[in-house]
Amino acid sequence: MSSESRPIITMTDITKVYTVGGEEVRALDGANLTIREGEFVSIIGPSGSGKSTLMNIIGCLDVADSGEYILDGQSIEQYSEEELARIRNKKIGFIFQNFNLLSRMSALANVELPLIYQRIHMGDRREQAAQALARVGLTDRSNHKPTELSGGQQQRVAIARALATNPAILLADEPTGNLDSKTGEDILALFHELHRAGNTIVLITHDPKIASQAQRRINIMDGRVTEVGA
Amino acid sequence: MIVQSIKMAWEAITSNKMRSFLTMLGIIIGVMALVVLVSLVNGATGAVTSEITALGNDMVTVNIRDDKGSPMRLEDLDELAVLDAVGEAAPSGSMNATAKFGYSDVTVSLYGTTPAYYNVQGLHMKYGRFLKTADVENASYVTVLAYNTAEELFGKADVVGEQLTIGGRSFLVVGVLEEDTSLFASMIGGYSAYAPFTVESRMADEPYVTALSVSPGGNTDETESQVESFMLARFNQDEDAFRLMNMSSISDAMSTVTGTLSLLLGGIAAISLLVGGIGIMNIMLVSVTERTKEIGIRKAIGAGKKSIMMQFLIEALMVSLMGCLLGLALSWLILEVATVIAKTIAFSMSIGVVLLAVGFSSIIGLIFGLYPANKAANKHPIEALRYEG
Repeated sequence: MSSESRPIITMTDITKVYTVGGEEVRALDGANLTIREGEFVSIIGPSGSGKSTLMNIIGCLDVADSGEYILDGQSIEQYSEEELARIRNKKIGFIFQNFNLLSRMSALANVELPLIYQRIHMGDRREQAAQALARVGLTDRSNHKPTELSGGQQQRVAIARALATNPAILLADEPTGNLDSKTGEDILALFHELHRAGNTIVLITHDPKIASQAQRRINIMDGRVTEVGA
Repeated sequence: MIVQSIKMAWEAITSNKMRSFLTMLGIIIGVMALVVLVSLVNGATGAVTSEITALGNDMVTVNIRDDKGSPMRLEDLDELAVLDAVGEAAPSGSMNATAKFGYSDVTVSLYGTTPAYYNVQGLHMKYGRFLKTADVENASYVTVLAYNTAEELFGKADVVGEQLTIGGRSFLVVGVLEEDTSLFASMIGGYSAYAPFTVESRMADEPYVTALSVSPGGNTDETESQVESFMLARFNQDEDAFRLMNMSSISDAMSTVTGTLSLLLGGIAAISLLVGGIGIMNIMLVSVTERTKEIGIRKAIGAGKKSIMMQFLIEALMVSLMGCLLGLALSWLILEVATVIAKTIAFSMSIGVVLLAVGFSSIIGLIFGLYPANKAANKHPIEALRYEG
């Protein structure tokens, strides 16, 4: 993917300040970032670097105090919680370190969940969810509950859930953090496969080895973003 | 979305059956209290009211309390009977006396009256005949017994032609009334016998008419007003000289009492429903806290405030309505059992009380679900995701 492709994420001078115990913490201090369609980008930084804040803002779970953030051509600024939820639903596919599946529901039902919030009808929803599960190779585990699945399988279900809505970006936060190295590699291989299929992937990690798997690495340190390599 | 919310609520409720059931218990008991109490009162009222109507006939009774020096005689009743709104008029003198036959004896209420009494009171003969005009004119010592009186004294009902003594005097039994199986009779109890007015008044040493009953010639209200003006004219416009009563005023008074009673019982039941609602709120609050992570996940993947709100609200509503349904089922069972036990009264749930229970439960579910649901909907997604329960 070259620089000609359309930018999915454009951040300009993003600042986010938290007040912790009466003291101001500048979690993001004028961060600038561009991620284009079809890219596989890793964001790496130690804990306390502002990594989580950046992820929350990219994922529209939080809004910046100042600066401009354009996601898929849409400026994310003064939106209500309800509208942010809709944007997350349509444009973001979250993949979490601890999978975050709903334990009461089957794998298929978990994958269906974001589609429910899109008000897609039952038949279509089932089909889309089943397709997403097929893409991560778990068709035969559709009716298993998360507790009946291995960690790797659970993460695959989570990836299928993220894929189900065809989001603008897949946003993965330490997706291999809770997995053994062999399973972690499998998951990373799946990311590569999804990348080849044209998905835009943002992978957030503290592990340089995992970060290096991405096409492009972005460093974050003390709330500032710097590019590493190309 | 609503269908989905219902499904989600169902999953949440069934995933912790014991807790859900215990939460419902408050509503179950509340609904049961409401429906059973109100239905019992309504059933009893209905039964008594229909008894009064049946008994009832719609006669008007008059008790003379103060004769003002011009007491009523038997002949005066003829003047009353010619009024156009009056059907028949009969005196009813009464006294207690001991009736004896052989070795058995029983205390009876002996009513002294005339043949008109039969129609006014709506009596029915089982054996023999009722009193005749000749019996009154001749002051014959003949008597008509109530069915239970005959059985008590003679050990059988068909006793026409037998002799017995009442108040030490010998009477010939000329008739036996049909058995009175009404609730009213079993409530009041006692044994009765009827004799000519002329005989009873002599025995009671009360030659004048102190009580009488009148059957209406048409409209009961009209009868009442005509009888009243007749009596007023008779007693110099003194309202305190007599008391006038009819069965409809008794049943009116009764329905007022039972209406108040069912309101009171319903109120108590409503309080227990309220307590049930607080139970729901309590558990929903626990549930919202326990499921903080779930709320975070749902929000991250795109559930808005409204969706979360709806999910928890429907869950509270569903717990409440399921409790209501179970409560109604149990109430039905209890009322069926009560009907079997009570024998004479058929208790049933009225549509009104069922709707009241469902309506009240829904409102309770919504009101007490609102706060927890709002709390769930307002959780911040990032903090909710971070929550480790």
